[in-house]
Amino acid sequence: MVDVQFRFRDDEAVNDPAVTVDAFSEQSNATAVRIEPGEDARALLPYLDRIALVEVNFPAWTDGRGYSAARILREAGYAGELRGVGDLVIDMLHHMRRCGFDAFAPDKALNTTDAKNAFERWDNVYQATAIDGRQAIWAKRHPA
Amino acid sequence: MKILTGNDLKSGAVVWWTGHGWSLDVNDSADVGDNGAAIIAREEGVQNVFAAYVVDGEKTDEGVRPAHIKERIRAFGPTVRLDLTLKPSDPAALNWVI
Amino acid sequence: MYKYDEYDQQMVDVRVEEFRDQVRRRVSGELTEDQFKPLRLQNGLYLQLHAYMLRVAVPYGTLSGAQMHLLGDIADKYDRGYGHFTTRQNIQYNWIKLEETPDILAELAKVEMHAIQTSGNCIRNISSDQFAGAAADEIIDPRPYAELLRQWSSFHPEFLVLPRKFKICVIASETDRAAMRLHDIGIKMVRNDAGEIGAQFYAGGGMGRTPMIAPLIREFVPLDQLITFSEACLRVYNRYGRRDNKYKARIKILVHELGRDEYVRQVEEEFAHLLTQPIEPPLAELERIKAHFVDPAFETGLSNDLDLTDPDFRLWVERNTTAHKVPGYVIATISLKPVGGIPGDASADQIRLMAKLGTEYSFDELRVTHAQNIVLPHVKKADLYTVWQALDEAGLATANLDTVGDIIACPGLDYCSLANARSIPVAQKISERFGSAQKQAEIGELKLKISGCINACGHHHAGHIGILGVDKKGLENYQLLFGGSEGADTSLAKIIGPGFTEDGVVDAIEKATQVYLANKQGEERFLDTYRRIGMDPFKEAIYG
Repeated sequence: MVDVQFRFRDDEAVNDPAVTVDAFSEQSNATAVRIEPGEDARALLPYLDRIALVEVNFPAWTDGRGYSAARILREAGYAGELRGVGDLVIDMLHHMRRCGFDAFAPDKALNTTDAKNAFERWDNVYQATAIDGRQAIWAKRHPA
Repeated sequence: MKILTGNDLKSGAVVWWTGHGWSLDVNDSADVGDNGAAIIAREEGVQNVFAAYVVDGEKTDEGVRPAHIKERIRAFGPTVRLDLTLKPSDPAALNWVI
Repeated sequence: MYKYDEYDQQMVDVRVEEFRDQVRRRVSGELTEDQFKPLRLQNGLYLQLHAYMLRVAVPYGTLSGAQMHLLGDIADKYDRGYGHFTTRQNIQYNWIKLEETPDILAELAKVEMHAIQTSGNCIRNISSDQFAGAAADEIIDPRPYAELLRQWSSFHPEFLVLPRKFKICVIASETDRAAMRLHDIGIKMVRNDAGEIGAQFYAGGGMGRTPMIAPLIREFVPLDQLITFSEACLRVYNRYGRRDNKYKARIKILVHELGRDEYVRQVEEEFAHLLTQPIEPPLAELERIKAHFVDPAFETGLSNDLDLTDPDFRLWVERNTTAHKVPGYVIATISLKPVGGIPGDASADQIRLMAKLGTEYSFDELRVTHAQNIVLPHVKKADLYTVWQALDEAGLATANLDTVGDIIACPGLDYCSLANARSIPVAQKISERFGSAQKQAEIGELKLKISGCINACGHHHAGHIGILGVDKKGLENYQLLFGGSEGADTSLAKIIGPGFTEDGVVDAIEKATQVYLANKQGEERFLDTYRRIGMDPFKEAIYG
């Protein structure tokens, strides 16, 4: 199992083995699930209250379906750990945070200095993702 | 013959493998035989060149001529801007490309 | 035009530093080329046939004089003294060094420019009508909506690695000058029955290997839902666009395979969901942007008269100027298609001269057109002769807009590593063959477009006459297509028969124009005659 290199949660790490989306709906005791790129994150929505960990797998970081999957889960109110696993790159870390990921388990450990810089690079963002708690530039321009 | 071309990582310039280094001039190309893949792996690994590949070429009286027009333009420069090619003062050089 | 505030400036400044860091990691070996390539592409840096190529974004084709001037200076300082204006209203430099790229980006940032998302599988530069804000026929200036979308699409965290590139176009007039329905998403600003402005959405158009005209997917999106609806369109595409084959990964294939109705159903479902999420900027933000696009201080009561006694000037006025919405002003298009020249190329000196003319005579504004020309959008008629004389002296007064000499051509095999054949020499030969003003006047409007491979960067599918370069056993060969159009009457051109050599294709085009002139009725353009009489008479003349 790949190690979690970065985690932005205060609760205890979940170490239950993640099962596939198909298996998950049938295993009522499973608490961790792994989504592959072609799978529909919305299939998990009926079970959100019993999930403690969702792993979103990136066989290649250039397959961007996982970013939508993450956001969909957060938009539906999922509050557990959302872990990106697989081919993660420094340059997407910030954007992954914005999509709702709060744990990162890359195949190959990333340079921690570069990663820290990447997480902290952008003080401002143009969009509201509505799930990362960040105020968009347009909101700062027009304070309520 | 098999010749090897790539781009210099920092400048982007088209370069040709001479047997012991890289040259801007296709005429310096060495025949890499079956060793192309090994040379590519080594040279790309040390950040000298990138996007390297092997093509067919022919040794002629005037020098080394790549078999396909694409690599001949690569070696020569844009045919529509002779001033930017390796032979800016020789209009006849275009015949070598086409 | 739009001016950056502190936030916009910070975004491009941070991007420069991010890219500088990426280059450092690449040169040190921390990043391999395979890892670096998608990153450099997201910043417009390609590897072409001879060197790195940098594509700089010109959002919706609008430039200030200072921006244009800097584009000329960059050509001198970092390239080989020229730039190439592209069919997506951007500019490309062909001889860039990797190590200097961060410095170029830093210089661009000082005049509020960048190369963000000018390549890669992400939302690209938003294109628009080159006559926006000046055209007599527009219902509203489309650029504020394009700017709103530019900001939304810049570093959008969910849509940075889509199945394939994604091009959006916004127009706001009946006459489509931007090939709107040949984009992944085409947006036409419209007024509904209640008199409100909204956005009509088309999705799934494009050229490339499988040209498609985008179907309408929604009649009217209210302005306070514009971003949310766009986000729904993109999310459905990001989730379900094909990723197994890059040639089938554009949204046009998804829309085609699902069927327009099913794509619309999925988008509407996602849209209904996203409306529950607070992601839409307030209308106040749109109003803030709109304030940047108010009309310049046009003088009133100006005369519409022009002294046309100079015959060369007269010809240029007739060919290259368009009616302006304000009396006494005119829209002037500078052709970057001199006879025998390279379509879209301009020298550093020419770029700076155009910048100066834009500053002095066009309220500090210039435009880039998708036909690879430059526009001075607001020229006082009283100044037009002075402007023309300055252009003429710089070799920029070719009077051939929309004629057979005004050719769109991709860089082709002279520069491009994907091309199968050269495009530019063909364009040069055609423009020389039809170089006389008399010949061009006789033939009238004829949009000729050349691509050096099936990726169709030269828009050959949308040409009244299109030319497609192919590789025939190591030799360049050219297929001829007739009947395309990118206007309001968008249609796709069809191949007429076996291909030609470079000289053969020029001869074939000459024969085609003869068929047109022999059959032309009234004011018909080449395209109209072709549509009326069909392909057979042309084939007969060319192959018979």
